Amino acid sequence: MKADPKNVLTGSHYLDGNHASAEGGIAAGCKFFAGYPITPSTEIAERVSRRFPLIGGVFIQMEDELASMAAILGASWGGVKSMSCTSGPGFSLMMENFGLGIMLETPCVLINVQRGGPSTGLPTLPGQADMMQARWGSHGDYEVIALAPDSPQESFELTIHAFNLSEKYHMPVLVMTDECVGHMTERVVIPPAEEIELVERRYTDKEPGEAWPYEPTEGGVSPFLPVGKGYKFHVTGLTHDYRGYPVINAETQETNVRRLIDKVNNHVDEIIWLEEKDVEGAEIVVMAYGISSRVIQPAITKARKEGIKVGQIKMVTVWPFPEKRVRELAGQVKSLIMVEMNYGQVFLEMDRCAAGKCQTYLVGHAGGTVHNPDDIYKTIKEAVK
Amino acid sequence: MATNEIRITGLGGQGVILCGYIIGKAASIYSNQHATLTQSFGPEARGSACSAQVVVSDTRVLYPYATSPQVMLAMSNDGYMTHKDTMADECTIVYEKDLVKPEKHGPKVKAYGIPGTRIAEELGHKIVLNIVMLGFLGAVTDLIPKEALRKGVESSVPAGTEELNLKAFDKGYEYGRQLKEKNAVKV
Repeated sequence: MKADPKNVLTGSHYLDGNHASAEGGIAAGCKFFAGYPITPSTEIAERVSRRFPLIGGVFIQMEDELASMAAILGASWGGVKSMSCTSGPGFSLMMENFGLGIMLETPCVLINVQRGGPSTGLPTLPGQADMMQARWGSHGDYEVIALAPDSPQESFELTIHAFNLSEKYHMPVLVMTDECVGHMTERVVIPPAEEIELVERRYTDKEPGEAWPYEPTEGGVSPFLPVGKGYKFHVTGLTHDYRGYPVINAETQETNVRRLIDKVNNHVDEIIWLEEKDVEGAEIVVMAYGISSRVIQPAITKARKEGIKVGQIKMVTVWPFPEKRVRELAGQVKSLIMVEMNYGQVFLEMDRCAAGKCQTYLVGHAGGTVHNPDDIYKTIKEAVK
Repeated sequence: MATNEIRITGLGGQGVILCGYIIGKAASIYSNQHATLTQSFGPEARGSACSAQVVVSDTRVLYPYATSPQVMLAMSNDGYMTHKDTMADECTIVYEKDLVKPEKHGPKVKAYGIPGTRIAEELGHKIVLNIVMLGFLGAVTDLIPKEALRKGVESSVPAGTEELNLKAFDKGYEYGRQLKEKNAVKV
């Protein structure tokens, strides 16, 4: 299915990452936004609130982030694509209902424009320290999908991609951007609507009374039941069976939770998106995501000019983690380096998957600004020894 | 690969960010260059010192922030004082004459002053100071073609104010062109 031309501002624009994220959501067909303003994410909500009246969307400023997350889940079950945006403290507040979205298997998109934390931290400056919260922030066992744009252009594109993944795998999908990308203004090229491919919601072809919301299927997700068309069904955050009714025992728990995990784990090869450069024959591979994947490049160029065989992997998806690829590489390279604006979160996964087969390095800091390329260069020099 | 960093500095409300936005837009939309705009963002951007930075390059901008700018556009003395020591050794400083009092710089620094506020007032609106300054910057530096900047102005200012703003741009540009012909006064 192609995007609706009414929603797509085709052309070259000079936009910041937040405005571009908003346009990505709108182009993807999002028609419901609920949010609570928080720096540095507010421009997404502002833009959506101005654009929605023109295209028939519903924008609600909620009383808080708990309600915002709940509202987008409700809207999604009502049959429209929905999204919200927030930053650190708001992300914490959304975590309980994010888990509800996972448990209910609700397509929606949540954008976290990361700032420095913990707590209120650095509202106006960037961080990447919510990455483990994105992975494990809600209680219970589950898998997540999280994308990390490196620019306004990618903020646009990956927000659309996030909607597509959410409709495909029936789950909230996270776009983990940051203050630097959110407030950085660059050229954003929005293609014609017919070039934007969208995944639309699949509905059951069974009659009312014959269909259930969580019937087992090969892909792991079953078609939706439309609301308002005579289908009576129930969904709940309690452990439930294929009918959506609570069944509180270990056996149902196993089926229910396995399903949440398997629908992602069985499709990691389709979901994981890495952009590799000069990895073949490299002695050192630098991994990074989001804005950090840009600032590693001057350091890598400098090191390569000196003859150091260094490659790079930009992780467009951070979760699910590219476990298989890292295990493979660990047996081939001398060192793996993770560059992120925190004190080692995604690094932990890289280090775990390297399993002692190569040296691992973290270039991290507490946030507030992007990395100094010199720090990355120094680590490359250290890692080649 | 030519990369230039531009810092625009002034007071919140002077149109510092819009000025940076127009420079970036002119470069990346109307002149086939790459331009990344970032801004100081926070309490300081609301009424007191305020600054925007644009990195303009022939190739994709990888590091988004200005580290040692080659160009400064200064609309307040505070802004000038805050950022003057971060400039590249060889740089151009473009300043509002009545608001900024530049210090003595080394021989590699070119400084160009313009009575931008007076020119804007003569046009009837002090508010177009930033666009006068932008025209002036366009004339005394070769970073972005004049026509690209003009298009940037036209497509970025509020609807209904295009004519006034383009006039302001042209006034600033003309002042800069004449000054450059006469050679910049070094300070």
